[in-house]
Amino acid sequence: MDPRTRLERQARPASLLLNMGPSHPAMHGTMRIMLELDAERILNAECEIGYLHRGFEKTCENKTWFNLLIYTDRLNYVSPLINNLGYAMTMEKMLGLAVPERAQLIRVLMSELSRVSDHLTCLAAMAMENGAFTVFLYMMKAREFLWDVIEQTAGARMTTSYIRIGGVRADLRPGWREALAAAVRGTRAVLKDVSGLLDRNSIFIGRTRGIGAISREDALSYGWTGPCLRSTGIAYDVRKAHPYLVYDRLAFDVPVGEHGDNYDRYSVRMREMEQSLRLLEQTAALVPEAAPLPAGPVLEPDEAIRASRRRRASGRIRLSPNLEGSEKERQPGLMTPDRPVGVPPKEDAYTTMEGLISHFLFFMNGKGIRPPKGDVYFSVEGGNGEVGFYIVSDGSDRPYRLHLRAPCFHAVAALEQLIRGRLIADVIPTFGSLNMIGGEIDR
Amino acid sequence: MAADVLIVLAKAVLAMTWTLLLALFLTWVERKESAVMQDRIGANRASIFGLRLFGLFQPFADAIKMFFKEDFVPSFARKPLHWLAPAVSFFCVSVTMIAVPFGDAIRLFGRRIPLQVADLDAAVLFVLAMLGLGVYGILTGGWASANRFGLIGSLRGAAQLISYEVALGLSLVGLIMVFPSLRLSRIVEYQGGLLFGVLPKWGIFLQPLGFAVFFLAGLAETKRVPFDLPEGESEIIGFYTEYSGLKFGLFMFTDFLEVIVFAALAATLFFGGWQVPWLGDGGFVFPWGGRIAAAPWAVTVLRVLSFNLKVLFFCWLQILVRWTYPRLRYDQVMDLGWKVLVPAGAFNILATGLVLAVR
Repeated sequence: MDPRTRLERQARPASLLLNMGPSHPAMHGTMRIMLELDAERILNAECEIGYLHRGFEKTCENKTWFNLLIYTDRLNYVSPLINNLGYAMTMEKMLGLAVPERAQLIRVLMSELSRVSDHLTCLAAMAMENGAFTVFLYMMKAREFLWDVIEQTAGARMTTSYIRIGGVRADLRPGWREALAAAVRGTRAVLKDVSGLLDRNSIFIGRTRGIGAISREDALSYGWTGPCLRSTGIAYDVRKAHPYLVYDRLAFDVPVGEHGDNYDRYSVRMREMEQSLRLLEQTAALVPEAAPLPAGPVLEPDEAIRASRRRRASGRIRLSPNLEGSEKERQPGLMTPDRPVGVPPKEDAYTTMEGLISHFLFFMNGKGIRPPKGDVYFSVEGGNGEVGFYIVSDGSDRPYRLHLRAPCFHAVAALEQLIRGRLIADVIPTFGSLNMIGGEIDR
Repeated sequence: MAADVLIVLAKAVLAMTWTLLLALFLTWVERKESAVMQDRIGANRASIFGLRLFGLFQPFADAIKMFFKEDFVPSFARKPLHWLAPAVSFFCVSVTMIAVPFGDAIRLFGRRIPLQVADLDAAVLFVLAMLGLGVYGILTGGWASANRFGLIGSLRGAAQLISYEVALGLSLVGLIMVFPSLRLSRIVEYQGGLLFGVLPKWGIFLQPLGFAVFFLAGLAETKRVPFDLPEGESEIIGFYTEYSGLKFGLFMFTDFLEVIVFAALAATLFFGGWQVPWLGDGGFVFPWGGRIAAAPWAVTVLRVLSFNLKVLFFCWLQILVRWTYPRLRYDQVMDLGWKVLVPAGAFNILATGLVLAVR
């Protein structure tokens, strides 16, 4: 078999072949672009994905419904909470669960935080690829503000596994309101700085205006969604088109572009971040203060276990730090009461026979969550488009098939068309503006 | 005779030391200035016996690191050329500093010693020629490493430097018409007068358009953002893709030397070189009346200081530009060079000629 790629076979003998990636500073380590060049001009391009393939979909078929959640963290690793959300909501649709209002609001908060950090990462990389290193660091700084808020509540920055089937894992930490307000304020200031540096910068406009442009028809036929599609002028946003959570009660606009070029993708993302910050403020105002936990002595787990041997223990039990926020008293606001789809309260597992049994049953193979037979598709608006899960269940404790609709897969499919006829220097910013995330595209 | 040779040697060593030390210092300035701009702290860990001095020792740490890194030469590289390229780059840039006057002249042991290594007849041409020769370093570097990224980088570099050489040359023609000499020392002396009795007669006031063209073309000559196409670290990694260790360090160092050379040229040609406004040989004479007498040694010190401050200012300005703007694209750089700067330079010559003819 001929080991050469399609492009290598078809290239004219006179042209220069340049292999960009996967070991290339701007390829995010996970993509290879083979270029056929006439000096600086690109005659043909061939994109190759698959360098971060970990078999996500196949792995999921071997994990229980509850356990596979952690694999969704690793899809779009810039906004893991939205992946969590997509999977959890697909399962809720399959199981027919209603999620408590408070959990829904927290989910909105987390999705919008993730969306802003996703856009920040994308634009930061895009600016850096255009040579504006200062913008990159400004935006990374803003992302730190947001990730601090996420970390405060979810306990992790990337591998959050925070949004669970039926609700969320833990309540917001005390002081979240001030932390969130400070993060929003800080991010706004950074966005203003970046706008000042780039919006009307003639070098930046020269490098992005008209580059990587795509028509609406082409964008639709490639299956584009998210900011990339909106940059062409089509106002399709899953949050508006098929509202989920409480998005139908919140006021926000869907910014659109006009030409579908790199500048529009930049500008759409910038304006979307502004909308997301608006959503964060609205949602934060809707979340009621958490009721304080009952006063009284706090027992250490071993004390509670010892006490429960004689009589039913009363009072609170100190949970391990990674369960903080998911105390039994908080569960009604965070987890659906309909079916046992979340981890049963740890306090019960410590102190009652029934609690211990239900805890074991939840985690034992073949027990746990058992959705009915059938298939279901549900999608949420992710950082770079429609994140959809198509799940087929055969009624067992693990999926028969799980498919992820990764938004950047469709975007990157158009890359060859976008860069053909352009210069080498246009490859990287165009690629950056599509926001390719290796973890999501290779599944 | 022997004394003359010794003096020239001493001056050459001093000039070289000054340039190299300033380049080292600039690496620190670049780190710190970018850090301040980007809300970071910047390198501050290098220390000698616990003395950190805001990371001032970082350049030495970098230099030591560069020395001890593996000097990797790809097996398919053309080794002699691969070896030669950074040396050529480094030599061509550093040698230009001999033509730059650091100050007026000092009197020592009954001799008048100009603070300039060599007062060349055609110093302006010499500097331009040497900067032009620097292209060979880039070209051989990219070619000899037999890497396609390196090759593209070196071709970009050659095209860019040669194009901007034209604009740079044109921008200086107007200046040479005003100050009728190619000697840098004479050009500086001409700038000692006053314009309208108030303004110092600096090149920037006589040739504003010329300076604009010179500044942009000079930025492009230094190959830094927004003109860092030969490097283009996020696209093609650059003409030194296959360089490591001290050879890579030499290329990097050349970059900083170019910054200094360009700053020194800008100061010398357009900002009066070592001239201090209103400072004559006897002391300050202000246009609004009033004078401050100064001893000859004080005048010399002030003048050398003035030159150094101007050079530092332009280095600072270049670093500021470097960390503010995005990078241009190849065709845009060529358009700017040939369609904007070259016509502007030509127009400047015409305008200067008209003004000189009418006056």
